[in-house]
Amino acid sequence: MNADFNQDHFALFGLPRRFRLDDAALDTAYRKVASEVHPDRYAHAGDAEKRLALMMATRVNEAYRTLRAPLARARYLLSLAGVDTQEETNTSMPPDFLMAQMEWREAVGDARAARDVGALEEVSANLARERRGYEAELAEALDDRSDTVTAALLVRKLRFLEKLEQEAGDAIEALLF
Amino acid sequence: MALLQIAEPGLSAAPHQHRLAVGIDLGTTNSLVATVRSGTATVLPDTQGRSLLPSVVRYLDAGGSVSVGYDAQAEQSRDPANTVVSVKRFMGRGLADLSDTATQPYRFVDAPGMVQLVTRAGVKSPVEVSAEILRTLKARAEESLGGELTGAVITVPAYFDDAQRQATKDAARLAGLNVLRLLNEPTAAAIAYGLDNGVEGVYVVYDLGGGTLDVSVLRLTRGVFEVLSTSGDSALGGDDFDHRVYCWILQEAGLSGISPQDSRLLLTRAREAKEALTEHGETRITVLLSDGQAVDLSMTQATLHDITRTLVEKTLMPVRKALRDARIRPEEVKGVVMVGGATRMPHVQKAVGDFFGQTPLTNLDPDKVVALGAAIQANVLAGNKQTDDWLLLDVIPLSLGIETMGGLTEKIIPRNSTLPIARAQDFTTFKDGQTAMSIHVVQGERELVNDCRSLARFVLSGIPPMVAGAARIRITFQVDADGLLSVSAREQGSGVEASIAVKPSYGLTDDEISRMLTDSLAHVTTDIEARKLREAIVDAESLAEATRNALTSDGDLLAPEERQQVETALAAVATAIARQETRAVNEASAALNRATETFAARRMDRNVQRALKGQNIGNL
Ligand SMILES: Nc1ncnc2c1ncn2[C@@H]1O[C@H](COP(=O)(O)OP(=O)(O)O)[C@@H](O)[C@H]1O
Ligand SMILES: [Mg+2]
Repeated sequence: MNADFNQDHFALFGLPRRFRLDDAALDTAYRKVASEVHPDRYAHAGDAEKRLALMMATRVNEAYRTLRAPLARARYLLSLAGVDTQEETNTSMPPDFLMAQMEWREAVGDARAARDVGALEEVSANLARERRGYEAELAEALDDRSDTVTAALLVRKLRFLEKLEQEAGDAIEALLF
Repeated sequence: MALLQIAEPGLSAAPHQHRLAVGIDLGTTNSLVATVRSGTATVLPDTQGRSLLPSVVRYLDAGGSVSVGYDAQAEQSRDPANTVVSVKRFMGRGLADLSDTATQPYRFVDAPGMVQLVTRAGVKSPVEVSAEILRTLKARAEESLGGELTGAVITVPAYFDDAQRQATKDAARLAGLNVLRLLNEPTAAAIAYGLDNGVEGVYVVYDLGGGTLDVSVLRLTRGVFEVLSTSGDSALGGDDFDHRVYCWILQEAGLSGISPQDSRLLLTRAREAKEALTEHGETRITVLLSDGQAVDLSMTQATLHDITRTLVEKTLMPVRKALRDARIRPEEVKGVVMVGGATRMPHVQKAVGDFFGQTPLTNLDPDKVVALGAAIQANVLAGNKQTDDWLLLDVIPLSLGIETMGGLTEKIIPRNSTLPIARAQDFTTFKDGQTAMSIHVVQGERELVNDCRSLARFVLSGIPPMVAGAARIRITFQVDADGLLSVSAREQGSGVEASIAVKPSYGLTDDEISRMLTDSLAHVTTDIEARKLREAIVDAESLAEATRNALTSDGDLLAPEERQQVETALAAVATAIARQETRAVNEASAALNRATETFAARRMDRNVQRALKGQNIGNL
């Protein structure tokens, strides 16, 4: 196979390689590229081409998913720069973050125990706000200062927040459905 | 079949060669077949002008002759045990999955993965019963179109899991259909609706049929139909409303311990009453039972609404869930498309309307819209349409995971991921010298494996012996555009491709399909060998033609010696066709396929680059 499969995700969509990304431009580019490689375009093609379309469409979807989500995008940019985000190995966090973390966890736990969907939604909204703050910091660290050490730490923090948001979301779902 | 041409918008490949392709709505209650003729999608009626084919199959004798549709339906209360209705509810389902077997007039047998039914023609799997319905529709289509079908798009509820999808595909294969795609019913409806009305924005499709509820949230943007989320209940539909009415009749008339025949009859009357109350404020229910007892009751619309309120409320759950998954608020929804016969009920329309704060769209025939959308898609997939002005991006409805320690599931592919998707997961051995391991794949959202659907158990063997934890086995889970899963594995260190023994927890093996196929063709006089040769030649010819077209338009992408290889493979195809040998033709086609792999990749790349350039110019 040729360049298709070795290109990075940004090049695949013809977008600049950076954290600040124009969501609308990504969406448009994704639709264009997906249109060209989707298996539906090759339903009556030969087997080789069908297989290729399946692989390419899978790859394009993966690239889109990665770039569309800020945390995954940051992690991906760091991996392109050869930086390991150490999400599994490095658990040391600044004390203030750990404190905040514990408070969030408690808030989610309390609201779940009280079966209080409203409270869970409030926690979710707060978590989302917090997350957007970190994302703004990531943009500065990655795009403006090329500070990969700070960026990696922010990725680890975001990972924590995302897990909490997920927990809150699961709890809401468990209560609603 | 015809290679490469669809990526060439300007290039018309043999326009006279219209391929016969159909869309089939294989419904719980009713099935339909539609096609695109002179650019317009139309439902194909039977010789008596009826569009719907009731999804009812009656086994007439031990030899396996059947009647399908209205005739079978007319006999269902006389011969309930041999007349299978709503077979779709049993597709890909084990006995334990069915909640209401007690009220069903059938004798079920629990077979591995999927229940089977005892009929006078022997034990039948739901796949075989469904294949009878598909066969009838195929015959109807071939008769009215005057030729053999190239392929079909079959619709399935969006909420169908892998087992149910696989069963549907098996049924189509058994009926001798070439499945171009399994298409989700709400998505099909959105295609029919969206293309007709040229709409943009977020739409919800609410499809309440006889046995299933399906909800999809879609974003329509300049010809791209992007499914954002899907949800539903594969055991909630109009039948449940019938059942409430049936229970009400039993209660009002003080009946108990009635025969299967009477039970069937009462269910039919219940359904008629329910349907009548869509138009009328009140209806009469009269039944003469087999013991001579007469039932004569009157039911009002208010009573119906009252006894089914909880059902209607229950249908809104998946709606909420789908919106939540799509991160869309009800007020952001531009339109709600109503599909399925049961959405004719006024209290269903009102409940949905109240939920979204807008009147749902009911200007489409809720019976036909799914089949029409499938026909439009089939027409494109068969290669009849040269301008690809729209695209469908669908999602996997339920998460895929594997069993981990303690009977827990670990999610590998989350629900509502856009298809196709692949995820790799690394595993290792836990004993020295271990050469095999087993992996259990499940589908569903619950934490415990036992609460999810078991899809397959894989045994990986041939792992090179190493110390515990040293092997790194990467298993790749690939879900294709039909929502069907396949699995491959490789030992990373040694590169050894571990062999996988697939033991599906459901469905049919290829051998079983081909045995059933042979059985069903045994009394047909077509020469199977001649037919195989004809198919091989048709495929080879269209592959060759498409390759020649590709050489004309994009030949510059090949170096002279690469081009020579393709030309050689092309010549070999021609020689094989001249020899009139099925095997030779198939082998030559396969060789041509291989010889064009790199070429295809470069062409795809060029098309992507062109598409992106077009976009950049458009953005300036
Ligand atoms: N006028 C009507 N009023 C109420 N229900 C109706 C009406 N017409 C059809 N139905 C119901 O719609 C269901 C069948 O819908 P359909 O879309 O054909 O189902 P499926 O897709 O499951 O085959 C049945 O439960 C039937 O009773
Ligand atoms: Mg339907």
